[in-house]
Amino acid sequence: MRRLFLTAVAATAFSVPAIAHDHDGMDHSQMGHHEGDTADETVPVAGDDMDHGQMDHGAMDHGQMDHSMMDHSMMDMQPDAGGMEEMDHSTMDHGQMDHSMHHGAQAPQVSDQPGDAPPPPVPTDHAADAVFGPDVMAQSRVDLLKGMAFTGFFAGLDTLEYRAGEGADGYVFDGEAWYGGDIDRAVLAFSGEGAFGEKPEDIEIDAYWRHAINPWFNLQLGARHDFRPDPERTYALVGVQGLAPYWIEVEAQAFVSEKGDVHFRGTAMHDMRLTQRLVFEPEAEVDFALQDVPELGIGGGLDSFELSGRLRYEIQRNFAPYVGFSWERKVGGSADYARDEGEDPSRFTWLAGLRFWF
Amino acid sequence: MTSPVSLDRRRFIASSGALAAAFGSSAFFPAWARSGTQGMTPAGNPVPGVLSGNDIALTIGDSHFSVDGRSGHAVTVNGTLPAPLIRMREGEKVRLSVTNNLREQSSIHWHGLLVPFDMDGVPGVSFPGIDAGTTFVYEFPLIQAGTYWYHSHSGMQEAMGLYGPIVIDPAGGDDSYDREHVLVLSDFSTMHPHEQLRRLKIMGGYFNQQRQTIAELLAGGGQNLSERLEWAKMRMDPTDISDVTGDTYSFMINGHSSAENWTGLFKAGERVKLRVINASSMTNFNFRIPGLPLTVVAADGLAVQPVETDEVQIAIAETYDFIVTPGEQQAYGVIAEAIDRSGQARATLATQMGMIAPIPAIRERPLLTMRDMGMDMSSMDMGDTLDLSAPDSGSMDHSDMSMRDPSVAPGVKMGPGVASLSPMPVDRLADKPTGLENVDHRVLTYADLRSAEPNPDTRVPSRQVDIHLTANMERYMWSLDGVDFSEGPEPIPFRLDERVRVNLINDTMMPHPIHLHGHFFELVSGDPGDRVRKHTVNVLPGGKASFDLTADAVGDWAFHCHMLLHMHSGMMRVVTVREEGEA
Repeated sequence: MRRLFLTAVAATAFSVPAIAHDHDGMDHSQMGHHEGDTADETVPVAGDDMDHGQMDHGAMDHGQMDHSMMDHSMMDMQPDAGGMEEMDHSTMDHGQMDHSMHHGAQAPQVSDQPGDAPPPPVPTDHAADAVFGPDVMAQSRVDLLKGMAFTGFFAGLDTLEYRAGEGADGYVFDGEAWYGGDIDRAVLAFSGEGAFGEKPEDIEIDAYWRHAINPWFNLQLGARHDFRPDPERTYALVGVQGLAPYWIEVEAQAFVSEKGDVHFRGTAMHDMRLTQRLVFEPEAEVDFALQDVPELGIGGGLDSFELSGRLRYEIQRNFAPYVGFSWERKVGGSADYARDEGEDPSRFTWLAGLRFWF
Repeated sequence: MTSPVSLDRRRFIASSGALAAAFGSSAFFPAWARSGTQGMTPAGNPVPGVLSGNDIALTIGDSHFSVDGRSGHAVTVNGTLPAPLIRMREGEKVRLSVTNNLREQSSIHWHGLLVPFDMDGVPGVSFPGIDAGTTFVYEFPLIQAGTYWYHSHSGMQEAMGLYGPIVIDPAGGDDSYDREHVLVLSDFSTMHPHEQLRRLKIMGGYFNQQRQTIAELLAGGGQNLSERLEWAKMRMDPTDISDVTGDTYSFMINGHSSAENWTGLFKAGERVKLRVINASSMTNFNFRIPGLPLTVVAADGLAVQPVETDEVQIAIAETYDFIVTPGEQQAYGVIAEAIDRSGQARATLATQMGMIAPIPAIRERPLLTMRDMGMDMSSMDMGDTLDLSAPDSGSMDHSDMSMRDPSVAPGVKMGPGVASLSPMPVDRLADKPTGLENVDHRVLTYADLRSAEPNPDTRVPSRQVDIHLTANMERYMWSLDGVDFSEGPEPIPFRLDERVRVNLINDTMMPHPIHLHGHFFELVSGDPGDRVRKHTVNVLPGGKASFDLTADAVGDWAFHCHMLLHMHSGMMRVVTVREEGEA
């Protein structure tokens, strides 16, 4: 840059016709000029040892420069690639030169800074209407916008697994389907678990409107219905789901049943990518209840939690078998209800399953 | 299937009358004919000719295309992929009759050609589109020369193969080279682009098979733990270089994969012009010919002051003309490497068919840095101390710098589609592009390019406009100023012949090749007067790029990111140019 500047100054002030345009990579140190070669003694002139950052160019009196004394023939200008070209000095960008970082005489100012004219009004017409007709173009514009608005669908099972541990072997599934766009989607989430040969323990279906509220989080508003356990329950559902810092997927939901009982559920999970295809996914779920619900075996307060880990191998991003473990623990009143039923409030299982989506 | 083109320049310029005949006959050009037959030409796709003359017919239709043993549905012109080379002459008036044999609407946009707005070929902006089973006749004068291309502007047909090269020979001829080859770089997937988009909406990193892993961390690769945590905290992925990758794409040169090895011939010592067009839907390419310096002589069709380099990142929709003088070796590998290093395409320049050069290994995938987030403190220093090395989180405290402070971009509508705003974007026109910061040879930057002709309009802009390139990678939402095109935003208005500076500010961590229809603009880099004129500028991640525009073409024009899935997701606007007072 420094070399460019000097070259430009020389060219502009002294009408040297040839100038290097390509200033990248210019090595100022190659430039064979020294104090006295280029200017008379009244003008501070570039020496490579000068502290140019300190120079006050604004205070320099360029009118006093004695150009005639300058010996251009001594200037050893060796431009890099870009060649020597005739240059229109009137178009040179002196305004962009940052003189505080450079040195030498100040060049005539030709500002390259845009003005502040107001923008024109936004036209209300469409240019193509005059050529192809307003009706056909209006339809074409509608089609264009419609074609670029995303509407899609998803259907998948996050978990579909076999569980083996104390007691009878069982199964767990958890999936969702959605339809919609970037901001609003209709979601149907479903999950269930049970032991083989017995009635399912839990079967839950959530239907809600999912609305993006910021770059990372979504609001959920809808309903939940539990077909199992007995008795069936329907809840209003409100939730927030999204991606927290450190790539942790979180979901917090509140439910109010038709009986008025209130429950909360929170989950968090994280994908730890061991290799491009091997992923370990720890997950935690916590359930709270505001009150005892004896018929469902739920005690007020912290109800239960589950910690699980799944190691999956992504044969495809959307098709991944996995193995893992799960530890479910009922707590407090819920644990008491479980013991009353002769169940162990704590259950550890190994699991193997498949995750896939379309 | 492909249209490898090689011709003897002297024969070409011998007689313009013989031109059409010459191009129509493969017998004259054994090089490309042979190369074409050696390629994996599927049945039913004859080796195409070159279309020339002033009355050209194109037929859009469904085809089957095979590459690397995978085959899928393609949308093609005259049954070929790439579409036929159209060769015309500056100063002529041409008629291009386009018949649409698809079952859906189609269109052809002449990328880089200065045509009346109603001939520009963007449905819903410049014309109603070409309905199924109908023919639209484009007619316009050719007021420029150079290397351009054409593609569909309907739906995602371009991603399915509807693209081809255009060469306009200068009215006065050109004897600056002895031979030329046209190289069309592109990507092809058997997965429909709408399905690619849906999967990205479900999972932003769906196609990224080069993410940072624990295994890599333990092996001492990639970012260190504290950097990983810092990036994870921001929910930013430093390996997010390309959205759609070699995981699904085959990368091609003239429709040939590396294995299919498209070959262009040369004689030692000849000056060979390579007209290189990146017609990809989603792939920016690093282009190089190991052992052969590239002299850039044109960018986006227009002549630049010759500058020699070793590697050029060619963004989507850009074209470059290079002069090379091969001779020391009998064969050279022409390498187009996807910038995320998920794959590459190799072609060959050789003295005879069958000769090959070694194929370089694909280089390690790059990692984004703080500079790509628009928060590089070192840029506060002098411009020549560009520290592109890995971010040193220890020496900079980024924690107090918001990645989404609306005050840095008052014109942006904040919403779920805007995940970040670059807090301190810097002009990156002089930066080496993504992944080429530290290679041990010369790399072209935009600042190296100077127009060969003086700029036609040297007025200082009367005003400036900031346009933010905005996104949410996780939701895979793309927009300008936070508003996606399907929301029906107001156009960006210009007065006829107004001179305006447009500042593009990239608030995303991905480069965006931004294309304005119907105009060339000057990149604001270096001194005015001979700034490089382009139709597409690749705005580096987290950075800024400014161009000065003379709005000299009345009409409505498309303005968009040329990454097709970004455009289709909403990174697009209409630009209007009107006489003052007419609006």
